[in-house]
Amino acid sequence: MSSETAVGQPGQDQVAAALPESASLAPKPAVPLFGKARVLVRWESALVVALALTILLGALTSRQFLTSENIFSNVCLLYGELAIMTLPMTLIVVSGEIDLSIASVLALSSSLVGYLWDQHWPMPAAIGAALAAGLACGAFNGVLVTRFGLPSLAVTIGTKTLYAGIAEIVLGPSIITNFPTSYTTIGVNPVPGTHQLLSYSALVFIVLAVAFAMLLHATPFGRSVTAVGWNKEAAQFAGIRVKRLKTLLFMVSGLVGAMAGVLYTFRLSTSEPDNGIDLVLPVVAIVLLGGVSIFGGKGTMLGVILAVLVYCGLQSALLLTNFNANALEIVTGGLLLLSVLIPNGGELAARARRFMNRYRVSGTQ
Amino acid sequence: MSTFAGSLRQPAGGVDGGASSRRLADLIFRAREFGIIAVLIVFVAVTTSVQPRFVNSQNIKFIFSNAVIFALLAMGETLVVVARHIDISVGSVLGLSAYLSAHLFSQVSGMPIVGVFAVGLAIGLGCGAVNGAIVAIARVPSLVVTLATLYIYRALDVIIVGGGMVVASTLPNSFLAIPSSSWSELSSVPYLAMVIAALVAFTAYCLRSFRSGRELYAIGSNPDAALLAGIPTGKRVFTAFVLSGGVAGIAGVLWAATYGTIDSTAGYSYELTVVAAVVVGGVNIFGGSGTVVGAALGALLLATINQALYVLGISSFWDPAIDGFLIVLAISLDHWITVRLTSALRKRSLYHVV
Repeated sequence: MSSETAVGQPGQDQVAAALPESASLAPKPAVPLFGKARVLVRWESALVVALALTILLGALTSRQFLTSENIFSNVCLLYGELAIMTLPMTLIVVSGEIDLSIASVLALSSSLVGYLWDQHWPMPAAIGAALAAGLACGAFNGVLVTRFGLPSLAVTIGTKTLYAGIAEIVLGPSIITNFPTSYTTIGVNPVPGTHQLLSYSALVFIVLAVAFAMLLHATPFGRSVTAVGWNKEAAQFAGIRVKRLKTLLFMVSGLVGAMAGVLYTFRLSTSEPDNGIDLVLPVVAIVLLGGVSIFGGKGTMLGVILAVLVYCGLQSALLLTNFNANALEIVTGGLLLLSVLIPNGGELAARARRFMNRYRVSGTQ
Repeated sequence: MSTFAGSLRQPAGGVDGGASSRRLADLIFRAREFGIIAVLIVFVAVTTSVQPRFVNSQNIKFIFSNAVIFALLAMGETLVVVARHIDISVGSVLGLSAYLSAHLFSQVSGMPIVGVFAVGLAIGLGCGAVNGAIVAIARVPSLVVTLATLYIYRALDVIIVGGGMVVASTLPNSFLAIPSSSWSELSSVPYLAMVIAALVAFTAYCLRSFRSGRELYAIGSNPDAALLAGIPTGKRVFTAFVLSGGVAGIAGVLWAATYGTIDSTAGYSYELTVVAAVVVGGVNIFGGSGTVVGAALGALLLATINQALYVLGISSFWDPAIDGFLIVLAISLDHWITVRLTSALRKRSLYHVV
């Protein structure tokens, strides 16, 4: 609070103008958008408005948008795994790291399920092995980042290729499609008792979203995650076991990625090494759209959940119009830009004002 | 402080502690590029001993034609990365430039090749300027901005291309010959590789010796200190993004000349490979250290490895896994060297003070 009020004071303002506003990766204190009304204009509120507008747009442009069929097959089924992966990614980004390998873990898990099933493993064992592999992938990331002290951005670019590569080795040229119908129906049928609305992947997302939200916001562990993201050294001195915590987060990410891989396999009834491989950047985009700071320490699960809904709703609404399906990602890009530009709008205006003032002063001399 | 920057950042140049430690630093800095060259030589030697036809001119030509585009992109990316930023939109810029520039040949009769390069460059500079302006003026994280423009440029590409594509038959032969033309039939190093090498050398010189080049390292080492020292950080960062975009634009034209067939997927998912090449080349992902020569060599190493795996008859299914493993290995090795170097420098400078 102290730093926020200080910026508003006239004497401090010039100091603030002279001080560097880091254009760097360093986190900086939140600048009030409209003074103390900041609470009212939280990013989550903006997302709620965006969600309302999305639903309005969808309902106005197509009669199909609000039908349970559209919600089930064009939202829940299509984006279930993507939504699931945003949850562990949120925790990791809040802790100040990033995991770009999560979609490759999905691909590896999908390939393993297919390969082991093809090798006549019982399905539960194959799923168990895939989840264990995901956990191992996450642990490997975690060890490289925490014990070797390597930057996660670089490490997970490497392991992204590595895990996707292992998936290719596992399956080779074959594509496995002969999955038992008792499992593939899980992938494509709605959960009974939900009025044909929710897919199993959406159900998993909802359960995990509640669990992750409670974990992040209502447990000591979650507060530690935020603390580590805000200031690693301070968290360390406060007694938080930073390395262990981060390793754990990467393992959670691997496990959830593998879960998404299993669901993905059953949805498409196909096991291929490039399953879902392109999902990683959308996952990061949604998390950032949800108001999570890329520098860590800031972000709420509510924001990310809302961002998931906005993203999926908008894409599905545009799909129902005759929008070029391949150009849908322009929405992702546009939203992402807005998500960083709008919260910075206040600061931007202040800097423009300062610039004008300086110009006026130098003009009179 | 960025929390995941690692506590042991390599100071850029001008290290305290006198000439001896500076010489040591110089040596190991240079050794880093030597390290990549050594790995390259060992790799080529081992591959050749197993499969002698690896060093025939056809293979070498192939490696260079693959490497030049990535080397070029890695060079542009390095300018941004040393300033502690990142540009992951280069793949989309490449795609946009590749289609729009190659499309000109069928649209405008008698289109000069130089004009096509100019258009590609202009597209790249424009895209880079948008990235740079948003990053420098709005002061928002470059990872987010370029992730957004990655999608936007690609979507523009998709909208412009539609279902169409440019095919090699609409392109003049002299244009398609650019990537492979060389001194003589026997010479395996294409002109293009020499031109790119010269460009990389020139950029390396600018980064090392020009004031603005040094300032990029200063910004990457400590942005706040750089600003207080009077460096126009916004302007420098903007320029770095513009150059990175421009280089990606040129790379797009070369991509068109190399592959001949261009649809809206040109350069798709190149961005992380480029960052990988930069990191393998010893550039610190959190800015402040690294050279364009290293980055270009990193790209060459990755291209060589891919071709070697092919020549050795290792199933192409192993390619990505080996690539990924090598990237992780390179990052670990580089980090290990940095830690060693830092402690060595600290000892030296203590000794000097006492």
